[in-house]
Amino acid sequence: MSRSASGLRAWLLQRLTALYLAGFFIYLILYFHFSPPKDYGAWIAWVDDPLNGVALLLFIATALLHAWVGVRDILFDYVPLFPLRLALLGLVGFALVACGFWSLRIILVPLLVRIW
Amino acid sequence: MDIETKKTLNTMTNNTRPVFLNPLLIALPIAGVLSIAHRMTGILLVLSLPALIWLLGYSLSGAEGFNGSRDLLHGPIGSGGLFLLLWALLHHLLAGIRYLLIDAGIGIERPVYRISALLVLISAPILANYLVGKLV
Repeated sequence: MSRSASGLRAWLLQRLTALYLAGFFIYLILYFHFSPPKDYGAWIAWVDDPLNGVALLLFIATALLHAWVGVRDILFDYVPLFPLRLALLGLVGFALVACGFWSLRIILVPLLVRIW
Repeated sequence: MDIETKKTLNTMTNNTRPVFLNPLLIALPIAGVLSIAHRMTGILLVLSLPALIWLLGYSLSGAEGFNGSRDLLHGPIGSGGLFLLLWALLHHLLAGIRYLLIDAGIGIERPVYRISALLVLISAPILANYLVGKLV
């Protein structure tokens, strides 16, 4: 896609990620509403279920992507000073990527430890 | 473009028009309130990400961490924070669904889009309150 269409791509990405975020959030609410984990074992078993674990990781990745497009749009609208906008974009991008690796570590490391 | 429209446009774009940007005095229509709230809740949710990821890690760190995070959510700070974040999230979700419907051409007419905006504004805190009562 050409560079001039990157606004359209962001617009579409924001809507596609929104659909997945909405779906998984409703699934999470239903889980905590109807069968909340009563102890650590039940909670870790839920996360260890490959379907839930992968869906949860995908949810976090999607949320970070959605957050990036949203913050980007807001900075484009309200921070006209280019160097400041660039600095803020860099800061937010770094923080979101860090959040991604942090979540990956939280979800995958205990799983790997239990497998070995 | 007919002459009448041109005249109107000219008066709208002339330089003597009043500039009136005091956000406290602008009477924003309800759909506008919803729109700015969509952005504000989005920022709030982004800012809360580190706390939420920390809580996930704490609850998955072991039995002690699980019980600790549950106690935290039952405490006044935890349940208050949970209510606030659920309110923000539900507002963002419901307003987002409304925007998707509007993108699809559903509910663009005047009475409907105002009523749907009002419905989102009212139902988000009610749903959040119900869920906090159920979950905590």
